[in-house]
Amino acid sequence: MSELMLNPWIRALFWGLVMITGVMTVTAWSTWFERKFAGRMQSRMGPTLVGPLGLLQPIADACKLLQKEDLVPDSADRALFNLAPVLTVGFAMGVAAVVPFTPTMLAADLDVGVLWLLALSGLMVFPTWMGSWASNNKYSLIAAMRAVAQGISYEVPMVLAIMVPVIMTGTLSLSDMVADQQKNGWLIYRLPLTGLIAFVIFFLASLAEANRIPFDIPEAESELVAGPTTEYTGMKFGLFYMAEYIHTLLSSAICAAVFFGGWDGPIAPGLHWMLLKSVILFVFLTWVRWSFLRLRSDQLMNLCWKYAVPATLALIPVTAFYTVYAAGKGGV
Amino acid sequence: MHEQYVTLATLAVVAVVLGGLILILNRILGPQKWTKSKLDTFETGNEPEGDARHRFSIRFYLVAILFILFDIEAVFLFPWAVVYREYIGAGLGLFMFMEMLVFVTILGLGLAYVWRKGALEWD
Repeated sequence: MSELMLNPWIRALFWGLVMITGVMTVTAWSTWFERKFAGRMQSRMGPTLVGPLGLLQPIADACKLLQKEDLVPDSADRALFNLAPVLTVGFAMGVAAVVPFTPTMLAADLDVGVLWLLALSGLMVFPTWMGSWASNNKYSLIAAMRAVAQGISYEVPMVLAIMVPVIMTGTLSLSDMVADQQKNGWLIYRLPLTGLIAFVIFFLASLAEANRIPFDIPEAESELVAGPTTEYTGMKFGLFYMAEYIHTLLSSAICAAVFFGGWDGPIAPGLHWMLLKSVILFVFLTWVRWSFLRLRSDQLMNLCWKYAVPATLALIPVTAFYTVYAAGKGGV
Repeated sequence: MHEQYVTLATLAVVAVVLGGLILILNRILGPQKWTKSKLDTFETGNEPEGDARHRFSIRFYLVAILFILFDIEAVFLFPWAVVYREYIGAGLGLFMFMEMLVFVTILGLGLAYVWRKGALEWD
């Protein structure tokens, strides 16, 4: 086994398959969890019929979606219309490659992991735009305009916020970041506490990029039918839906790794800690989703450009100054 | 050295192939009884009025321009952030800090200018 794993091609294939299977499985049951959670928050039962506690619901959903009629509107751009859902899953999944679960359980230990992550979350707006424009539907088009404006706006605070961990740890590799936190304390509580503020902004920005409540105006169903996916049926819609969950889950995992020390923790093995932290963050996201109303378009943009961007711009010098200051005192 | 990139490429290929297979499976398993009105785009249940490919509000282009400016400026900070601690180690920390401060100040002034000009108002 270990000799086989030395062959980069076999190793690559192995990790590709493991990551995709793992992420797909977790994603499927995270939809179950979300529905159950939402149900409980609204004094309902959530899914109960398929299997114990409704646990087989995701399988039933997938079977249902696979048997739906696959419609492509006559006036749509066929090629782009079909390409968009595939690409959106591909981009969302790509992030999984750099998530450091443990020092060894890590598909690709890129020394530019942070850039890869930011590049993919920037790319996420393309399939949305591609699919909506190709549908030739006015609702989709307006929704896509909103999604793109929101996606690229929140990319700015996201990039600036993740600069704080980069300054504090001096690396762009996610696994090195976690290793540094293991040695010097998690970024979330490390002085001068800029990590905490950066985390809040990064977390909000990744919520906005995944178009989740309170940032879901692209899918405002009371105004825009189903947003960018209005014309999509069956599994094509399913892929968009899946990509949203993959994106959310992986954002939680990334936050857990970058700000909460990843695999660092006492007693239990690292993987458990990493998964526990990711799950807690995901639960928090779900909780937020079912507790808040959606923001208006202008409020959303104000929050980004007038609060998040100036705040992150201020965080960078503060962090940098503290780093110099602490070094002067004989620290790192 | 570059084997991580092989993993990335494999992951991308597997993800795209999987997505494609799911769509093909959907095509095989789903019914295919297409009618004219099914293949129309959805618009409140009426016949769609004209085409959706229209010109659209300038606001969104302004956001795109702002994004490009700020994102590219932010990307310039990454190399600085990575080597910052090494420079501190070499005793050049304060110098590097001032360099960054100048850069971020200019960025901040840019934001203030855009703000004053009203490009951040959404009405």
